[in-house]
Amino acid sequence: MTDTALPTDVRPGRLGHSTLRPDGVAKVQGTFQFSGDLTADGVLWGATLRSPHPYARILRIDVSGAWKINGVEAVITAADVPGVMTYGLIDQDQPVFASDVVRFVGEPIAAVAANHPDACRRALDAIVVEYEVLEPLTDPEKAVDGSFEPIHPLGNVFRQQRIVRGDQTIEGPIVVEGTYELGMQDQAFLGLEAALAVPDAGGTGVELHVATQWLHEDRKQIAACLGMADEKVRLVLGGVGGAFGAREDISLQVHTCLLALRTSRPVRMAYSRHESFLGHVHRHPCRIFMRHHADHDGRLRRVEARFVFDGGAYASTSSAVLVNGITHAQGPYKCENATVDGWAVRTNNLPCGAMRGFGVVQACFAHEAQMDKLAVAVGLDPLEVRLRNAMETGDRLITGQVVESVAPVQRLIRELAAMPLPGEPVGGHDRDPMRLPGGAGRTADVGNVRRGIGWAVSIKNLMYSEGFDDYSTARVRLADGVATVKFATAEVGQGFVTLAGQIARSVLGVDNVVLDQIDTQVGSAGSTSASRQTWMSGGAVDGACRLVRERMFERVALLHGVDPLGLVIEGTEVVDTVSGLRVEVSEASAGIEFDETFEHHHRPTEDLDEFGQGNCHTAFAFAAHRAVVDVDPELGLVKVVQVATVQDIGRALNPLSITGQIEGGIAQGVGLAVMEEIIQVNGHVKNASFTDYLLPTFLDMPDVVIGLVEEPEPQAPLGAKGVGEPPTVSSTPAVVAAIRDAIGKDLTRVPVRPTDIVFG
Amino acid sequence: MSVLVPTSLADALQALAEHPDATVLAGGTDLMVELNGGHRRATSVVVVNRVPELCTWRHDPITQTLRLGAGVTYGQIERDPIASLVPGLAEAARTVGSPQIRHAATIGGNVGTCSPAGDGLPVLSALNAEVELVSAEGIRSVPFASFMVGPKRTLREPGELITAITVPVVDGWQGYAKVGVRNAMVIATASASLVADARRGTVAIALGSVGPTILRCPEAEAYAMQHANFSERSLAADVVSHCCELVRLASRPIDDHRSTAAYRRHAVGVLAGRLLRRAFPND
Ligand SMILES: Cc1cc2nc3c(=O)[nH]c(=O)nc-3n(C[C@H](O)[C@H](O)[C@H](O)COP(=O)(O)OP(=O)(O)OC[C@H]3O[C@@H](n4cnc5c(N)ncnc54)[C@H](O)[C@@H]3O)c2cc1C
Repeated sequence: MTDTALPTDVRPGRLGHSTLRPDGVAKVQGTFQFSGDLTADGVLWGATLRSPHPYARILRIDVSGAWKINGVEAVITAADVPGVMTYGLIDQDQPVFASDVVRFVGEPIAAVAANHPDACRRALDAIVVEYEVLEPLTDPEKAVDGSFEPIHPLGNVFRQQRIVRGDQTIEGPIVVEGTYELGMQDQAFLGLEAALAVPDAGGTGVELHVATQWLHEDRKQIAACLGMADEKVRLVLGGVGGAFGAREDISLQVHTCLLALRTSRPVRMAYSRHESFLGHVHRHPCRIFMRHHADHDGRLRRVEARFVFDGGAYASTSSAVLVNGITHAQGPYKCENATVDGWAVRTNNLPCGAMRGFGVVQACFAHEAQMDKLAVAVGLDPLEVRLRNAMETGDRLITGQVVESVAPVQRLIRELAAMPLPGEPVGGHDRDPMRLPGGAGRTADVGNVRRGIGWAVSIKNLMYSEGFDDYSTARVRLADGVATVKFATAEVGQGFVTLAGQIARSVLGVDNVVLDQIDTQVGSAGSTSASRQTWMSGGAVDGACRLVRERMFERVALLHGVDPLGLVIEGTEVVDTVSGLRVEVSEASAGIEFDETFEHHHRPTEDLDEFGQGNCHTAFAFAAHRAVVDVDPELGLVKVVQVATVQDIGRALNPLSITGQIEGGIAQGVGLAVMEEIIQVNGHVKNASFTDYLLPTFLDMPDVVIGLVEEPEPQAPLGAKGVGEPPTVSSTPAVVAAIRDAIGKDLTRVPVRPTDIVFG
Repeated sequence: MSVLVPTSLADALQALAEHPDATVLAGGTDLMVELNGGHRRATSVVVVNRVPELCTWRHDPITQTLRLGAGVTYGQIERDPIASLVPGLAEAARTVGSPQIRHAATIGGNVGTCSPAGDGLPVLSALNAEVELVSAEGIRSVPFASFMVGPKRTLREPGELITAITVPVVDGWQGYAKVGVRNAMVIATASASLVADARRGTVAIALGSVGPTILRCPEAEAYAMQHANFSERSLAADVVSHCCELVRLASRPIDDHRSTAAYRRHAVGVLAGRLLRRAFPND
């Protein structure tokens, strides 16, 4: 599917080599233990009772019926929460259990533990909840304009933030504008939410095995709700089957621990697919107005924008998603003047939070549509208008922040333009009807199909922003030539377990690396999100390895009477560049253990002021995408034929891993472009299953052509930028631009539906 | 829950006679979804996928018919030798789910469920298929068009087993087209089948997912038949467009989360036009 040249001259297992995942074979063979596979002796099953209403007052909860079901060991509600009653990543506004009001369909009200899942189901059925159903707030504009009564004591606005920069009076001479909309996308990881909680004897603490993105943050929130000290709650990473942002927030963690502590027995909880759709946060639906003012030659003069993010019932990370969206409104382009207004608001829709791209997906969909409009308005090629405006290192963002990261935007665009186009005409040389839009449905003949090409370019911040110190910790021990690496970095499929071994092998000159259990018995690693773990946890492992190597060099220097500063690692040896002395690392570390722990911090960032000014972001990565699509305009069906991309990655530490991130990111971007959407009608979810929430299949996935731009990033510990999010950010607008190109219509909403193409 | 696994038709019928409320399980690709989702409860289950009589098929060259045992899978139907005998049904089979699903999914199960979105059903309707039903009491044969009485509602009586589907082997063109938002593994938002029987000079058009049952389009069929030249495989462009209009009028679609009535109505018209052109490539 993908066409990239991978280097072959690097020592296997070291940085730069396409080392295979340590858990790859087990995953393919089905022996890998995902969280849902975890069990323990005497384990009980847990299950959650959820609200059927988007907004209702709870008049009465009667759990007595549940207790009468055979096999039930615990029934808990808000009254059983010993610590704080609410949690949340930024604002703690989400109840562990709703007790007075429910604010979205699927909100937890009670949980049960029983000896069998059937008993759980019957117990949930036996709980009586009386509601006074209320009219839900589902239109985010009503939260913005204040016309709806607050649906939460903290009000209906999570955050409003403006960006005001430069000359506000600039108008034209060329003006293009549009209003853009994105539907709610689901992360749709395959490994459903699951956890196993094992209580300590006497109930003084609990160990939770869970699929999550950030063990220490989970622990903090769980411990607060349990009313325990942090160290009484130990977290171990359960096998994670994908995350994409949906495991950043608490879902079943507190419930599982409460049930285990209540019953003094291990308890496992596992969501069904339906429950998963309701039980985690999603990508924010968003409505964006943008107006660009430019010169006749296409150079941007001012951008105006208004963003409304629908955050759903609870805060999650809405305020940070908002800031990401509005601060990326200009895209990867120079623009001195800006007027941006952004809102993230509360509604009775499903809660939204982190998803791959984190607010920037929304901004990019709008600014890239605008760049295409601008190209038409000034009579330029869509690439030329982007090249003229391309951001460079040293340029200022609309927040006043100077972009210090490597910013090879022009190079990305030029190299993308040179990428090969699909070699096959519409329908392919073999005339396999499956290649046409409609695929297996055999709806189209070649004559019904039009081909289009579209482009998009993106900028994405890396790491956390606005003053947050999302550091990462690693501990490395070296003894007898074996390195043992410990970290709390959540491996969610991205491949940090591969990379950590590559770093240790390269820095320490060992072949044998043991990865310790991923748990909270070491300092925080921060979240596996924001494209940050290669940089942050990679930096921590690298730092700890370097400290260990220093100790080892000191020992070799002492034993052999050489200067430690002259020592380097070559292959598996310590080599003195002065005397030519060579000592095997296994010998240099024989009979001793070097043990070092390192915390990597990125440089500090600042909050935005009331005009949206401040150095709020840490670093940036860029990507460019070109999509080729075949469209059946009469039926509105689309086949994405090829997506080519060139990405700014700093340095390719594992080219195969990068290919995986890029292909996967494009699959998710294509999904948002043409099919993925959670449909809600008046707060009720209509398609919480894979029957109707459509993900791209093999037949929907385009060929992917990848180019990597390697300009090492000076700020990054390994020279490498995160690569996880950019593939998702600009692939969606590229696909939509290609559909517009094919049919000549102004598509302003994703996912693009057949009706938009036919009747739009 | 009791689960019976008969290995002959006689045993299966007896099991059903003894448990008239039993649920029949063939490939399980519909039933298990419903059971797991809690949309349906079963007290006893009669598994029929080990009944050899149901898993066979027979082509009778004298009567020009094909008798498909209810347990024949879409995986078999999409390939030869069956595919060349009923190419329209084979096309429909290729649109069903994924290879894994087609390996298990049976034609009898598709007919047993009788969803308006069942992909085999428009072809069966256009072919005037007969559904054979057998119980301890006896055997009867029902035209598919009267067998399906509503969405997932049929004439099947408790205790009756669907044993076979019989279709004519037609001399002429037949095909199926299905619109879904994804290129594979998708429930039809609208679908259509067309059978042009050159020997009899008939055209049949049946629509899926645009009404409570599979819908035939008698006006469009009659109009096409009047104007079609079967030997030259030609049909005038204005006839095709008029047929499309008649097909649109024959549809009775609804709005739901998968699509809109307006789109479905539009789409079946487009599909009918394209199928007519495939059947009659010349103007
Ligand atoms: C992932 C997935 C994708 C799918 N995609 C499609 C698709 O694209 N198109 C499509 O049309 N369908 C699709 N289906 C539905 C299903 O595969 C088909 O309807 C299939 O033909 C059902 O056959 P089965 O043998 O599995 O039936 P079962 O599930 O075993 O039975 C279905 C029903 O028919 C009854 N039944 C079965 N056999 C008999 C019999 N001999 N006598 C009496 N009653 C009987 C059962 O009691 C039950 O009510 C899909 C299903 C899944 C899970």
